[in-house]
Amino acid sequence: MSIMSIVSILFIAGGTFFFFGATVGLIRFPDFYARMHATGKGDTLGAFLVVIGIALYNLHNGLELGSILTSIKVIFIAIFIFLANPTATHAITKGGLDAGVVPWTKEKTK
Amino acid sequence: MIRRHEDIIIESLARFLTPFIQAFALYVLFLGHYSPGGGFQGGVLMGASFILLVIAYDIIEGKRRITEKFNIVLNATGVMVFSGTGLLCLILGGEFLDYSQLAAILPVGPEEARGLGILAVEIGVEITVAAIMVSIFLDLASAGEHEEALK
Repeated sequence: MSIMSIVSILFIAGGTFFFFGATVGLIRFPDFYARMHATGKGDTLGAFLVVIGIALYNLHNGLELGSILTSIKVIFIAIFIFLANPTATHAITKGGLDAGVVPWTKEKTK
Repeated sequence: MIRRHEDIIIESLARFLTPFIQAFALYVLFLGHYSPGGGFQGGVLMGASFILLVIAYDIIEGKRRITEKFNIVLNATGVMVFSGTGLLCLILGGEFLDYSQLAAILPVGPEEARGLGILAVEIGVEITVAAIMVSIFLDLASAGEHEEALK
């Protein structure tokens, strides 16, 4: 097992951990804003780490021009996710605020 | 619809990403020979880039960039490129969309003429699909209003 495989396994395992945290937050958090908060951050970092791990795993057979080009394309996807996912979360949250979704507070549950 | 100048984050990211999405649409179109992709997928990406701008700004601004009239012309242009390629083959003595006949007017052999003919047809498909996507989106999003933007 090459060093590149071990590094990519670490990246993908870390990404799945963040995905897991984001999903737990999505299910367990009490209202819309808190759920967006959990998924917006957790999914972004999780997807970023998984995609970077895939790009590194693509290089585990050695550095050839073709596989380096493929890895660069995959890293473009990671950059796109890193830009687009937080902005989409921001847009959805702002849409909810404009539509009048009331944030959850502790007093209301009593 | 989000109003104009409502949010600087969404607007600037949409402005920043649109040229990259359009370049990727052309990449998907021209790489359709060798990898997954082609005219339809590229056209959907091209239309989606415009839809992203309309969502980030508003519908009046979008119709100022691409008017309904220009959109209809784009629709017809794509169909014309597609059927014109087929008709050219018909005129040159083959059957409809028999691209190897294009070798008579192109400086290549019949095999490469097939590839180029398929590329021409795919470009026509891309233009039409992008214009139709934008057209469907504008009709659905405006619900028949914004008549002043139809000029």
